[in-house]
Amino acid sequence: MELLHHTINVTLSTLRDVLPIVLIIFGFQWLVIRRPIHNPRRVFTGLVYVVVGLALFLVGLQEALFPLGELMARQLTDPNFIYGKAVAGLSGMHWWDYHWVYLFAATIGFATTVAEPSLIAVAIKANEVSAGAIGVWGLRIAVAVGVAVGISLGTYRIISGTPLQYFIISGYVFVVIQTLYAPKNIIALAYDSGGVTTSTVTVPLVTALGLGLAETVPGRSPLMDGFGLIAFASLFPMITVMGYAQLSHWRALRSRPQP
Amino acid sequence: MLGDSVRDLLPIIVVIAFFQFVVLKQPIPNLLGLLVGTVFVIMGLSIFIRGLNMALFPLGEALAYDFARKGSVLWLLLFAFALGFGTTIAEPALIAVASKAAEVAAAGGMIGGDMMARNAYATGLRYTVALSVGVAIVIGVLRILRGWPIQVVIIGGYVGVMIMTVFAPKEIIGIAYDSGGVTTSTITVPLVTALGVGLASSIKGRNPMTDGFGLIALASLTPMIFVMAYGMLF
Repeated sequence: MELLHHTINVTLSTLRDVLPIVLIIFGFQWLVIRRPIHNPRRVFTGLVYVVVGLALFLVGLQEALFPLGELMARQLTDPNFIYGKAVAGLSGMHWWDYHWVYLFAATIGFATTVAEPSLIAVAIKANEVSAGAIGVWGLRIAVAVGVAVGISLGTYRIISGTPLQYFIISGYVFVVIQTLYAPKNIIALAYDSGGVTTSTVTVPLVTALGLGLAETVPGRSPLMDGFGLIAFASLFPMITVMGYAQLSHWRALRSRPQP
Repeated sequence: MLGDSVRDLLPIIVVIAFFQFVVLKQPIPNLLGLLVGTVFVIMGLSIFIRGLNMALFPLGEALAYDFARKGSVLWLLLFAFALGFGTTIAEPALIAVASKAAEVAAAGGMIGGDMMARNAYATGLRYTVALSVGVAIVIGVLRILRGWPIQVVIIGGYVGVMIMTVFAPKEIIGIAYDSGGVTTSTITVPLVTALGVGLASSIKGRNPMTDGFGLIALASLTPMIFVMAYGMLF
């Protein structure tokens, strides 16, 4: 019963999110373009699918995966778990004491990115536009690897207390240099994949991890140090997607028969 | 269809199971709830992907073709702004980040600690980010029309971010960097991508691969600059 109530609530709020978009699109369609929408019944059914699908997806995440994921993030960052019950004092902490946190950050970042609906959408489109040259799974895995590296590095930053901007700005410099050497047709897609990684599935879990860490690690405050993981998760996919394109380009060159 | 979604979800299940049983050595609390939730997620994802192909992609493409045929740049840019601003202002993730940012600002002594000052700060921040996304989509559409190379626009933006980082108050930097990531929702991304690719395919001399993508990248970049500017002004 409670589940049903929750489902209806989430459906309504998803509908509220979709409404401004629908109003803008149909407003412009009627007032500016003044042409009827092609196949309106199919589009309408599709919109209903989008709302219902997204609502079910969110309810499932909120009911099942998020509570467990957040609980795990808290347990893994718990000092009792990290230092063992014997060590009560927090002196002499070492960044490697948190090795399970890094592994959790990397694997959960990878796994949630693979399930991210907006990344699936972009991958489908990229596959279509590139006439199959960019594989749906190839792109998704490349992005997921980027998020995995990004988030585990981000947790290291929170633990070590290094200022965020050092990492982000050196990441940017790396992206700029890599852009010079990457195949031209991947650049726009690679830049886009930074933005699509972080939505429905990844953000809540990653935020819980960041805040949990900042609360536990001595000398960090959740307010000042809890942020920044999302920024890492949007930066590294650019590097891995360009890397993926460079790798496939290089392999295509090598496998070409020598004249 | 469902099989695809099962495969999409599998990594999460494996990761959670591994950490729960092997690392934390604990049983799963509320196993039934977890199973029901997972079924919901799998069904929801396959229904959503279906709706994506039926509605969001065709809508974005049709709009792009219609605007290209109409040939009015002004209306297209107005639409681009409305889409960027309208989809961001109500974004739940942004609302959450904005209120968190107000907390940080109050703790850092940048604004008063009372409820009114914090609400005003959060609302201002939301409008700032929505404005920045509107501007981003406008710049992105102009880029597709004019054929500017994406790397010039993005790298220019990065330089902007770096310069702003030097001058912006320290407390705002983390939030500013994160706000780039939260602006693009699951509904906006497919729509905006289809719009960009559609525009690039219907304009002569543009390549959908090199010119069609890039709108999302801009929409994740401008909020960082705008939020740091907001932090400097207020």
